[in-house]
Amino acid sequence: MGDLVTMDDLTNEEIDSVLVVAERLVPVARGDVHLPLLQGKVLANMFFENSTRTRMSFETAMKRLGGSVMNFSSIGTSVSKGETLFDTMQMIDGYADVAAIRHPRQGAAQYSADAVSIPILNAGDGAGNHPTQTMLDLLTIRQAHGSMEGLNVVLVGDLRYGRTVHSLSHALVRFGVSLTLVSPPSLRMPDEIVSDLRSHGAEVVETETLIEQIPNADVIYMTRIQKERFPDEDEYAKVAGIYKLSASDLTGAKKGMVVMHPLPRVDEIDPSVDSTDHAFYFQQAFNGVPTRMALLCRSLGVEVPEEVV
Amino acid sequence: MSEMRRVTAIKNGTVVDHIPSGNALMVIRMLRIDVSRSTPVSLVMNVPSDKVGRKDVLKIEDRELSQEELDRLALIAPAASIAIIRNHAVAEKLVVDLPSDLINIASCSFSNCITKNDREPLPQRLRVISQDPLEVRCYYCGKGQEISELIDNIL
Repeated sequence: MGDLVTMDDLTNEEIDSVLVVAERLVPVARGDVHLPLLQGKVLANMFFENSTRTRMSFETAMKRLGGSVMNFSSIGTSVSKGETLFDTMQMIDGYADVAAIRHPRQGAAQYSADAVSIPILNAGDGAGNHPTQTMLDLLTIRQAHGSMEGLNVVLVGDLRYGRTVHSLSHALVRFGVSLTLVSPPSLRMPDEIVSDLRSHGAEVVETETLIEQIPNADVIYMTRIQKERFPDEDEYAKVAGIYKLSASDLTGAKKGMVVMHPLPRVDEIDPSVDSTDHAFYFQQAFNGVPTRMALLCRSLGVEVPEEVV
Repeated sequence: MSEMRRVTAIKNGTVVDHIPSGNALMVIRMLRIDVSRSTPVSLVMNVPSDKVGRKDVLKIEDRELSQEELDRLALIAPAASIAIIRNHAVAEKLVVDLPSDLINIASCSFSNCITKNDREPLPQRLRVISQDPLEVRCYYCGKGQEISELIDNIL
């Protein structure tokens, strides 16, 4: 019931209420307010694939709320001895109150949610979904623009393998956002996703060039072209470094336009952008903490007080 | 067809009619009929049909297929009509009803799906998104499935 596998697990009203709670938890996320709502609860961080920000922000979120964390990595554990995901998750079902799972195989989060009784938070499954990232992205967009209705969001880079943009695009169209998809042909958004987005009545434009999209953008969401998702090196070399944004490219941008990136960046965003008012990617990374706090509370059925002081 | 009966009528059993031409052997496989051990099975393929142009027909003696078994045919013979025969007469008429989830009927065709590890014990589960045109996605990984690929992945 408290699972979050894809954004379809949340209604628009639930998304709104999680984001309101996340905003309220910002002082707790910063460590300015002590609020041990999850004392005595245990989070299992099940990372079958590497992660920095997601794993650490889940850990910080749980600890800031007074809970504790078990960190699991598949290297040097029973998984390397050939244990099935089903069996690994049965063990965790007995050890923890909630689990965040990242796995290289698509569908692993839904599979885990079906295998155990504790709530499962999908922290990224292959090229599938990454809904907690989407929630923090939505929080960031709301902080920048207030409402999402009518915004033009430009998604750039690896739209084929990038799970972040798959989850995010699904969520954005539910809030009346227009999407511009910028990618090389080999990294286009999968057809079934584009068809889903259009069936929501969203305006979706696909193009290969970024620069001409800048003046009309309210959000430019850059992504890294992920070397590890390519079947071979030559294919990667053809598209690596294709989209780069520097401060000089942004002179014609709208005043309130924000640049986002799920990070880590390689060379998609030049450091010259960091000092402009457009740079929102570090605030976005911080937002992982209050957002995951709000989601952990939701999964564990813990109410967050109206006043956090 | 009745005036020029290619296969004798059966006394008791199931007749599966209006199978798309060429798919009868697949139907046998999907119904998990073990032809080496079961009761007699008669098969006619590629016969003219007013309704569908050309069709296959399957007659399975002394066995009444259940609705659940017949629903497995939704992927390859959604328009099949089924008659349960008792004592030479049609006792019941059934149609294939596409379930919302296809459980352990075919495996997901996406190479990176969690279900590709065949030691994982949870069932294969495909979700029917739309009936016409038939659109099926894996319940776990969400990948859209080509019907031709699914037929290769029949369990």
